[in-house]
Amino acid sequence: MNFEAVKSIYLFEMARMRRTLLQSVVSPVLTTSLYFIVFGTAIGSRIEQIEGISYGAFITPGLIMLSLLTQCIANGSIGIYFPKFTGTIYEILSAPIAMSEILLGYVGAAASKGLIIGLIILATATFFVDISIAHPFMMLVFLVLTAITFSLAGFIIGIWAKNFEQLNIMPMLVVPPLTFLGGSFYSIDMLPPFWQTVSHFNPVLYLVSGFRWSFYEIADVNPVISLGMIGLFLLLCLTLVAWIFRTGYRLRS
Amino acid sequence: MAPIVSIRNLKKTYGNGFEALKGVDLNIEEGEILALLGPNGAGKTTLISIVCGLINPSGGQVLVGGHDVVKDFRQTRAMIGLVPQELTTDQFETVWNTVTFSRGVHGKKPNPALIEQILKDLSLWEKRDNMLRELSGGMKRRVLIAKALSYEPRILFLDEPTAGVDVNLRREMWQVVERLRENGVTIILTTHYIEEAEEIADRVGVINGGELLLVEAKTALMQKLGRKELRLELIEPMETLPEALGSYSVSIAENGSALIYEYQGETEQGRIATLLGTLAAHGIEYRDLSTRQSSLEDIFVELVGQRA
Repeated sequence: MNFEAVKSIYLFEMARMRRTLLQSVVSPVLTTSLYFIVFGTAIGSRIEQIEGISYGAFITPGLIMLSLLTQCIANGSIGIYFPKFTGTIYEILSAPIAMSEILLGYVGAAASKGLIIGLIILATATFFVDISIAHPFMMLVFLVLTAITFSLAGFIIGIWAKNFEQLNIMPMLVVPPLTFLGGSFYSIDMLPPFWQTVSHFNPVLYLVSGFRWSFYEIADVNPVISLGMIGLFLLLCLTLVAWIFRTGYRLRS
Repeated sequence: MAPIVSIRNLKKTYGNGFEALKGVDLNIEEGEILALLGPNGAGKTTLISIVCGLINPSGGQVLVGGHDVVKDFRQTRAMIGLVPQELTTDQFETVWNTVTFSRGVHGKKPNPALIEQILKDLSLWEKRDNMLRELSGGMKRRVLIAKALSYEPRILFLDEPTAGVDVNLRREMWQVVERLRENGVTIILTTHYIEEAEEIADRVGVINGGELLLVEAKTALMQKLGRKELRLELIEPMETLPEALGSYSVSIAENGSALIYEYQGETEQGRIATLLGTLAAHGIEYRDLSTRQSSLEDIFVELVGQRA
């Protein structure tokens, strides 16, 4: 294990976050605050409670997930895509490090950034609504596993993408609809039966539901199933990454 | 002593079917400076990229310090520094950070004093806090060299180091190369500037169409280089050489309208005057005369042309 190398990649990536503080941290916090003002306070005050939870508090876990997914995919993909784009990846590929160590550096940094942003949003939420966390440990487990899984997904997208358009397809066009339709802003019980069934094919439903359970002990699906599904996504991403490393796909010809 | 880099029957065929290397054999000795000459697309960069681990070989083997570059990549890549051809830099990073990163990513513990020395040697110290995108092309080239030196490689690959570099920087770069050689670093550079190879290399390899055409000590090549040619445009064409010219290596060219005299520039000084005297004595008149030195370029063009 080349510890120095992993540390270098990790710190280099984290430094990028400090440099782009406005874009990395301030922007998701601002966006989330707007959601709270519009959905939580303005519209939410007219919406009755959902399963005994005020609407503002109900949407908090979903909002954190929305930012976490977007940020992890964006950071995970740009981290590896940018060196590919500028050509500086030659240095990483010619360094005495294994692909798994490259992965650890990049995905570790992307997941850390996602986690930091998620926790900042959680802290921001407490200014707007009363939050209670029934299972803090499980809350962190959901948060960490999701961050790692989606940073990995981002890493895969970053390797796959040949241009900036492809790079942005997932965070811009796939994640928002999945999150909005995955029960971030409502309980899927509120949907007609057909759409409830459709929702179960949406992976984000399991993330949001499990995460919300760790706060309020209410869930659209059994939290054990949620945890199992996250584990499955993680495994899927790891398998894909293993294949990419074995074949050198779009990295080493 | 075993060669520090040993390339055996190295082949590379790209996914699109292009055969970039067709079985190259090459040994590189520790501490030497080897120049690889070849036209664009000859396979120079592919060869370097395989040794450095950027590209996987399709066949053959490369040993660096006795280790296989694919199997024992940790050992081999730790020994190798690479300065790529393209000016690829992290535009938004500072000089200091990018050079420090290079050392770290090669698994070396931080050493600010060494980085400072490298930046000073390359006249980059004043620019250490500048972002790379603020630097000129020549400065970026220095940064790439600083990055490669930051992890103290034993073997340094310079891929077209002087493409688009002004004379001053070229001089400075050769000084750096000279210092590295004094410290025992092995240097492999690719170029298509032949003067460059002449100036600093111990050995010269010529590569074209994925094949290594020759590898020779520079001195041997310089002997061929030392050959000069005197050309006399005759007023009266001649069919046969007069006997008096028999002792000179003179030949008739262009249906007798010109005489060509080949000689060694350094060893046969003064013979031109005697030759011209002999011509005058035999009433052979000429309207013009010119001399030229056959260059490494001629040898190169000849070699590359033959195999094409």
